[in-house]
Amino acid sequence: MKAMTYGELRGKVNHAIDGAAVFAWKRLEGVILATGEVMTFAIYSVRAFFARPRRFDELLNHMEFIGNKSVFIIALSGLFTGAALSYQIYLGFKLVNATSLVGPTVALGITRELGPVLTGLIVAARAGGAMAARLGTMRVSEQIDALEVMGVEPRQYLVSPRIVASVLTMPLLTGIFDFVAMFGSWLLCVQVLEMDEAAFFDRTQLWLQPSHINEGLFKAAVFGLFFSAVCTHRGFTTKGGAAGVGNSTNRGVVLSMVLIIVSDFFLTSLINFFYAVTDPTGGRG
Amino acid sequence: MAAALGSEAAVEIKDLKKSFDGKDYVLNGIDLEIPKGRITVIIGFSGTGKSVLLKHILGLLKPTSGEIRVLGREIGGMGVEELTRFRQQYGMLFQYAALFDDMSAVDNVVFPIREHRRDLTKEQMRGIAREKLKQSGLDEKHFDKLPAELSGGMRKRVGLARALALDPDLMIYDEPTTGLDPVLTEMVDNLIVSTHNLKQGTTSVVVSHDLYAAFRIGHYIAMLNNGKVLLAGTPQDFLDSEIELVRKFVAKGVHKA
Ligand SMILES: Nc1ncnc2c1ncn2[C@@H]1O[C@H](COP(=O)(O)OP(=O)(O)O)[C@@H](O)[C@H]1O
Ligand SMILES: [Mg+2]
Repeated sequence: MKAMTYGELRGKVNHAIDGAAVFAWKRLEGVILATGEVMTFAIYSVRAFFARPRRFDELLNHMEFIGNKSVFIIALSGLFTGAALSYQIYLGFKLVNATSLVGPTVALGITRELGPVLTGLIVAARAGGAMAARLGTMRVSEQIDALEVMGVEPRQYLVSPRIVASVLTMPLLTGIFDFVAMFGSWLLCVQVLEMDEAAFFDRTQLWLQPSHINEGLFKAAVFGLFFSAVCTHRGFTTKGGAAGVGNSTNRGVVLSMVLIIVSDFFLTSLINFFYAVTDPTGGRG
Repeated sequence: MAAALGSEAAVEIKDLKKSFDGKDYVLNGIDLEIPKGRITVIIGFSGTGKSVLLKHILGLLKPTSGEIRVLGREIGGMGVEELTRFRQQYGMLFQYAALFDDMSAVDNVVFPIREHRRDLTKEQMRGIAREKLKQSGLDEKHFDKLPAELSGGMRKRVGLARALALDPDLMIYDEPTTGLDPVLTEMVDNLIVSTHNLKQGTTSVVVSHDLYAAFRIGHYIAMLNNGKVLLAGTPQDFLDSEIELVRKFVAKGVHKA
């Protein structure tokens, strides 16, 4: 076989790079367009919530639905997460004789990270999936068209209250998760490992600031916005009959979960940046 | 065309074109006037764009080009809010009724009343809903059942009652009898006619692929083919037509009759 000249090789390599760049751009473009679409959808829906007619009844219904559907499993997950995390951290801290710091470490980890993230994942799977399925069913059985024909704006009636309810309910559920997780931690540390109860509470109170809890609750609200926007959008734009509904539900939930996990990192950075700017002396741990 | 019936137009469509993908035109220059106060039947083979045409009249789809005037108003340029308000004059019966599956029959009919007549008390709303359900021929013992507990024919009656809840000026039916047995078909056809005669000046538009039904109930018939109006006229115009495709369609329809 004849060896390629340098020029031919350069040409081939350039061509391959061009192809890869075009492919990457096409994918990225798709992601950007889809993100823009969901954002437009969410912004419209949140604004529509404040338009007439008011949908407070719907809002309360959906808050009750979201809470009801998830509160038990959240409490259960919280209890075991708190206990398991405490045990792992205890095993590590025992090596350096710092077991008195297990309480605050768990408290910080739960309120800032695990509380909002795990609550977000659970609620996205339960309530978010139900939202996508419900709206998808309404779409393919023409119930959404029927609303529109009746002179009812379907996004204002169906989507707005669901998104607002998610944003309001997520911090409440996260609060429950945090509380039960700390109870689990207390159970394990004080009742099982027989650590000193007074020290457990003193240390935790010393290190845990209200701002840590707020940070977690803020994240929870943002996650509520994300999963409800993604899931309602998926459901609302469902195509292709019953199979389409399954598809929307599945993709809505998966996308929500990925979004929660990935955005958590950026939210953490953003919040720390915010505190670094507003409070350079660093009153926080 | 509609002038043939001595009536002004409730819906005027001029050179309406619609393409979903920018290449193939589902509607390719529709010109049609739907006469006010009459029953117009739109016929055509399956997949010729009858439902797409309806969705344009309802403002659910935006035309690629062309004009649609409904009850004297151009609806192509209306914003969401204006269109939402305008649609209170429409009543629509969907092919599969499209009932809200988490509401009872009577609550389905109450729904549009609650949305648009906030001046009424709950009792008054339910009163109107029950009256509309009776008019549509639903037995009282089914009023509180969920759609899943009703038969297809009963669901149609609930859907009709819901469409009539706000006393619309324009009633639209998309394939109301497709898939029904002959007895039910006749019942629904009769229901369409009696509903039409209920309120003076109501315009009814019925989409069908059944010419027999068109002859039975229609004052005016429009046949779609290949995204265009092949022929629009009275039933007599259809019987007299020399157009090959129309003759074929008529031969089948009359044979069935
Ligand atoms: N939302 C849509 N997106 C893309 N194509 C569509 C859409 N709605 C209808 N079509 C296409 O338009 C054509 C006409 O459909 P339709 O109006 O439902 O026919 P029919 O006359 O049987 O009611 C079909 O080929 C259908 O696939
Ligand atoms: Mg159709």
